[in-house]
Amino acid sequence: MKLRLKPAAAPYVLISPFLLLFLVFGLFPLVFSFVLMFHMWDPVKGLGSMEFVGLDNLRFAIEDPLVWTSLGNTLWMAVASGLPQHLVAIPLAYLINEKLGPWRNAAMGAYFLPYITSTVAIAIMFSTLFSTDYGMVNAALSELSRWPLLNAVLSDKNIDWLGNPETIKPVVSAVVFWRYLGFNVILYVAAMQSIPRDLYEAARMDGAKSWQQFFFITLPQLKPIMFFGVTLTVIGGLQLFEEPFILTGGKGGPEYAGMTTAMYMYRTAFDFNDFGLASAISWMLFVIILVMTLITNRAFKSKEGQS
Amino acid sequence: MKNKLLILICALAAQAAWAQKTTITVAAFPAVDDIVKAALPEWQKKNPNVEVKVVGREYADHHTAMTTALATSTGLPDIMTVEYGYLGRFSQSGGLEDLDKAPYNAAELTKRIVAFAVAQGRTSTHGQTALPTDIGPGAMFYRTDVLQKAKVTESELTQSWDSFVQSGQKIKKASGAYLVAHARDVKDIVIRTGIPEGEGVYFDAQGKSVIETSPRFKKGFEMAQKIRAEGLDAKINAWSNEWGESLKRGTVTVQMMGAWLGGHLQNWLAPNTAGLWRSTVLPERVATSWGGTFYAIPKNAKNKELAWDLVKHLTLNRQQQQMAFEKFNAFPALLEAQSGPFFEQPVAFLGGQKARVEWKTTASQIKPTQVFKNDSVAEEIVNAELDLVLNKNKPIDQALKDAHRLVQRRASR
Repeated sequence: MKLRLKPAAAPYVLISPFLLLFLVFGLFPLVFSFVLMFHMWDPVKGLGSMEFVGLDNLRFAIEDPLVWTSLGNTLWMAVASGLPQHLVAIPLAYLINEKLGPWRNAAMGAYFLPYITSTVAIAIMFSTLFSTDYGMVNAALSELSRWPLLNAVLSDKNIDWLGNPETIKPVVSAVVFWRYLGFNVILYVAAMQSIPRDLYEAARMDGAKSWQQFFFITLPQLKPIMFFGVTLTVIGGLQLFEEPFILTGGKGGPEYAGMTTAMYMYRTAFDFNDFGLASAISWMLFVIILVMTLITNRAFKSKEGQS
Repeated sequence: MKNKLLILICALAAQAAWAQKTTITVAAFPAVDDIVKAALPEWQKKNPNVEVKVVGREYADHHTAMTTALATSTGLPDIMTVEYGYLGRFSQSGGLEDLDKAPYNAAELTKRIVAFAVAQGRTSTHGQTALPTDIGPGAMFYRTDVLQKAKVTESELTQSWDSFVQSGQKIKKASGAYLVAHARDVKDIVIRTGIPEGEGVYFDAQGKSVIETSPRFKKGFEMAQKIRAEGLDAKINAWSNEWGESLKRGTVTVQMMGAWLGGHLQNWLAPNTAGLWRSTVLPERVATSWGGTFYAIPKNAKNKELAWDLVKHLTLNRQQQQMAFEKFNAFPALLEAQSGPFFEQPVAFLGGQKARVEWKTTASQIKPTQVFKNDSVAEEIVNAELDLVLNKNKPIDQALKDAHRLVQRRASR
């Protein structure tokens, strides 16, 4: 007997592998964490120990100074790593697209490489580079500080990059910037290639210079992809976890200067065994991401309306 | 048809043979998984029909997996290994057997084990939830070459905290080396000095924070502040790359930790420094411990009887405990295993010092301390406040007050 699917059932059967996986690994955790938000739960005591506490977890989270510190850190690093990503990626993509010719793909590949490298490897590499006494960054700086003129600005003392609350955020932001720049470059190069060439030809015939073409053709045409890229950066920036987690040894660094909200949420659950509070923090973070995304959406929409 | 029948019979026979073998599971982290594996041949002589599955995971992964297993009561091992840092949460979970009760009746047997470690595995509400197998008596490892250069003697380091700081100043002057890796390490020892019986490091017997009221914390913070102000700490965290490098190069003179650090130094942290390290007691002869490994039996384990027999073999068998010490650096919790030729042997890495005997003395002086569920949150909060004191000159009294408030806020949830 041949096994045959009824035409009406076929789509459901074919989609079921995804659906099942989504239900188990996507929807269930979502619903469970929503339920957890209203409960006090110490997981080692088993499922039976869940106790309904209403809005207590949310109230505790809102009054928790560490939640606010971590949110501040997250915003700081999201802006410091996110904004330069686009400010650098767009001109860089323009250069790669217009000027590099046959080297274009090689250049894009080089910029994209960090994106596909394991975060753990990257973070370990950077923690070695930024090491206080044995790191290359400090070695280079102390070499430069011996040069005339530069010695006025640079101190010959080693900077404790990852042990200093003032320097930890810039370091993490630099790593994140370096890592995701290539992704944005690819995004923008792809978008630039879809801009009709005749726009540029017409502009050239009218005597537009290279920079004018960039500002008056390329940039406006990039707006939809900019919206997409910025939205991804906003979401990714607010969910920042792996880079600061590894660079600060999983604890957030001195004075929690490198602890993001996602990290604090993870630590609340797995280091402090308070899953209810962790769920409340995660939903708080979700609302903030939602609002930020809506603001981004608004910002790009209104500009479109003007033009 | 005949063939099919034959296969069926074979399959059934195989299954029957299989069924006779019981399998018990032990979940562990490195190097406890290796210790258990090494102990099995001996134990299986008595229990030939028992298969033992050792599930080894990395330290943090192991405890996360055990948390999940306890939460859902699925995938629980028959023997759960618990490290001291997680003991507070796990033992107060109610998911582990009270080993003092029948059929275990461990109370008689635990007299043979170091008392402080037995007490760590006991809670007032859930009884003896875990049995210790190895302990980490606190020791001070120091670089004898650096001390010689600075003309500092060992007794100057250990006499008092003040002379400890003074030695650090001399060392810094003579060799440029830091005294300790981090000022926090000093605070951690001072706050563990003179804890009243029945109290924990951060909480009293009722679970109320003692951070603001106990003089231990004020002194600990003051010592750390002094060390930082004199520039005597390298500001590096233990187990970081920097730390390993400093131990190799001798830029950090003293490292206070569990006696097991000697093995780590020798095996991978700084093998090139053989003969340069010595071990001694902590300043003011403080007796405290670092870490320690415990075995527990979950209430929902399937083969409790066999599990208990294996736990007894691992914790109460002299040969087994000594083997774990000789091969894996796990300092025995079993008292009768703390003697013998291996203890008397000079340790070549420590310049021929008979350090093990000294560690044994320390172990016998350690007082039991209670562990609490919120210990890790409290530690975290105290460390954050100490950072503010060290980096931002926050007044110590204010820092302790804030730490107390934050810890109390958590603990009263």
